[in-house]
Amino acid sequence: MIEVVGLGKRYGRTTAVRDLSFTVRPGRVTGFLGPNGAGKSTTMRMILGLDRPSSGHALIDGTPYRELRHPLRKVGALLDARWVHPNRSARDHLRWLARTNRLPPGRVDEVLDQVGLTAVARKRAGGFSLGMAQRLGIASALLGDPEVLLFDEPVNGLDPEGIAWIRGLMRGLARQGRTVFVSSHLLSEMSQTADELIVIGQGKLISQSTVSEFVAAATEHTVRVRSPQVERLQKALVHKGATVEQDGATLVVGGLSSAEIGELAAAHGVVLHELNPQRGSLEEAYMRLTAGAVEFGTS
Amino acid sequence: MNLLAVERIKLFSTRSPWFCMIGALGLTVGFASILAIKSEHVSVGATQGMYLLGLMVVMVMSTLAVTTEYRFGTIRTTFQAVPRRTGALLAKTTVVALVAGLVGEVAAFGSLGAAKLLQPGAALSLSTAADWRAVAGSGLVYALAGVMAVAVGVLVRQSAGAVAILLVVPLLVENLVGLIPDLGAKIQPWLPFQAAGAFLRGTHEGAPYSPWGALAYFAVLAAVLLGAALVVAKKRDA
Amino acid sequence: MRLLNAERIKLLSTRSTWWCALLAVALPVLFALFYASQAGDFLTLNVGTTQSGYQFGLVLVMVLATVSITSEHRFGTIRGTYQAVPSRVPVLLAKAVLLAVLAGLIGELAAFGSLAMAHLVQPEVDLAVNTATEWREVAGVGLVYAVAAVLALAVGELLRQTAGAVALLLGYVLLAESAVREIPGVGEQVARWLPFFASRVFLGSAEGEDATVSAPYGPWAGLGLFAGTTLVLLALAAVVARRRDA
Repeated sequence: MIEVVGLGKRYGRTTAVRDLSFTVRPGRVTGFLGPNGAGKSTTMRMILGLDRPSSGHALIDGTPYRELRHPLRKVGALLDARWVHPNRSARDHLRWLARTNRLPPGRVDEVLDQVGLTAVARKRAGGFSLGMAQRLGIASALLGDPEVLLFDEPVNGLDPEGIAWIRGLMRGLARQGRTVFVSSHLLSEMSQTADELIVIGQGKLISQSTVSEFVAAATEHTVRVRSPQVERLQKALVHKGATVEQDGATLVVGGLSSAEIGELAAAHGVVLHELNPQRGSLEEAYMRLTAGAVEFGTS
Repeated sequence: MNLLAVERIKLFSTRSPWFCMIGALGLTVGFASILAIKSEHVSVGATQGMYLLGLMVVMVMSTLAVTTEYRFGTIRTTFQAVPRRTGALLAKTTVVALVAGLVGEVAAFGSLGAAKLLQPGAALSLSTAADWRAVAGSGLVYALAGVMAVAVGVLVRQSAGAVAILLVVPLLVENLVGLIPDLGAKIQPWLPFQAAGAFLRGTHEGAPYSPWGALAYFAVLAAVLLGAALVVAKKRDA
Repeated sequence: MRLLNAERIKLLSTRSTWWCALLAVALPVLFALFYASQAGDFLTLNVGTTQSGYQFGLVLVMVLATVSITSEHRFGTIRGTYQAVPSRVPVLLAKAVLLAVLAGLIGELAAFGSLAMAHLVQPEVDLAVNTATEWREVAGVGLVYAVAAVLALAVGELLRQTAGAVALLLGYVLLAESAVREIPGVGEQVARWLPFFASRVFLGSAEGEDATVSAPYGPWAGLGLFAGTTLVLLALAAVVARRRDA
């Protein structure tokens, strides 16, 4: 389990992450969603003890990362697949990494086999394609057979086959009861992989929910209503707890279904000229949710 | 012990340290060989003529052992696997210092041995303490210089910058300071590589330290730099 | 012109260029301050010795020039450059021209800055630049910096690797050339034909320092030798750049 409590990070005058709190539970894939520059990588680096938080803290099963005795046995992470010396072989890279946490040397060949790199294990990592580098990064994350796994944008730049492989791998790891925390800036990707979603924008938490809750909430539709007795209808709708935006004879109503609105109008004897449910796409909803939270948005 | 093995694997699983070691040995032993072929009266001190060149190569190797980790991001992987950064960096320093010291000893005795082989008649036996220091002392100087180079690498994190500093200070700054008669002469013994040279080649009349004192001073400088590097690495974001 | 502009933007838009340039001017001037303040009975201050710290700038200009090309290889921007300008030799030449101009400018600033600094510290010493020799000693620094920058560019292109190129260049300039002299017999013969020794013959700083080695050629021939070596290296770099996969 990963607990993040009031985590914040400032670089000079810019705030990358502010007062972030959430919990990542075992046995499911938790997506970490947000646009580029939202603070996902910074948060992951702070969880892993690489960057020092300006405020708050992150705990792995109740312990700060830096106090873990053999961290790789507890937490495996893939932050950047290019963090490998190009002139060192894949096998040697894993060999030194295994030694740091006293992992049996046999583990190196096991994980190489698991990610399908056995054939190129003695080749220099600098010559690897992005897909192979990503596999090597995943091999280093799996090396200590950890209960907690963090992946930062693991499918970026991969071909469909590679993407499918990583999705399957993450689901499998979660099924084994591990905590799997995956970041992405693509909602479509997350909706296919994750069970739960933590959404951030501009370093702040936007929501934590299951994927289906998020989708329902994000695409929660509004209803366009046109009526000659718009004032009377609006009063009735607000009384029912709906949100109403007025634009001349047209109302955009949130919080009630079209059926409920129709019945309400009938009960109050209001004539309707139009009753039109509006449903946004998932991506649209996501963009709206993180809108203003987009750091490098094009306007 | 475990962390030492880690750093050993890291250092020897890439090519450039091997090139540097071979380069350092080739330059020093090669020069001593040429010298011995050309001159019948080659002395113990003369066989060590290229110690500085070998030292520079070893310092480049040592600093690259750190700066390449920063360049390729493996320092983050390292700190992720070993969150106690001081321990990880001390292990690296130890391995680099041991390797540098070994290269220094092989270079020194290799130079002497090559000269002996090529000019058997020359007086090349190590008879005095000064002779021993001039030859066997190389390893100590190389090891301490390796520590300094690791420390500079951690502080600068950048190959070009670290290499430039490590070459310019001993070869240019220290020599130019010597140009100035009064003040320069007073400062010069306290420059790190002048002190290392005084240990190997003996101190001049009026030097503020004995040869071993000069080495101790060199060691203190290395320790101070390393201390600064460890503090900085601990505080900094990886 | 278009190429020169592109290279100028690339060169001047990185921080390391500015840092190197700033230090390359500041360090020789600071050394002149230090030197002049200590000058007296045992340390002669004249036009030539105000330039004692010129090697600081030389080294930094060479680092600047090397990094300008090796960093392109490191970050892969060289591929973008070659995509935009497929003929590689003009790219290399544009870089060479630009670096030579920048390094020359840095050299003149450092040289005249050092002279002015020494004059400020010791106003009573006559530091007027009158003779051709004195002009060479001061204004020549810019020429030497310019040629050295192109030489460093060529080596950078050949090695494509920052640490290796910087180590090789600095080790060569600061140590290897004088180490050659130590080889008995041939050493002194060889040493007088080496490029950076020749550059010091041009600047007139070779005499005092290299008592054992004297040059069989004049100062301008020294610059010619230095520039000639550089051109050979640059040509080699151009050939290699054209043949190699980017």
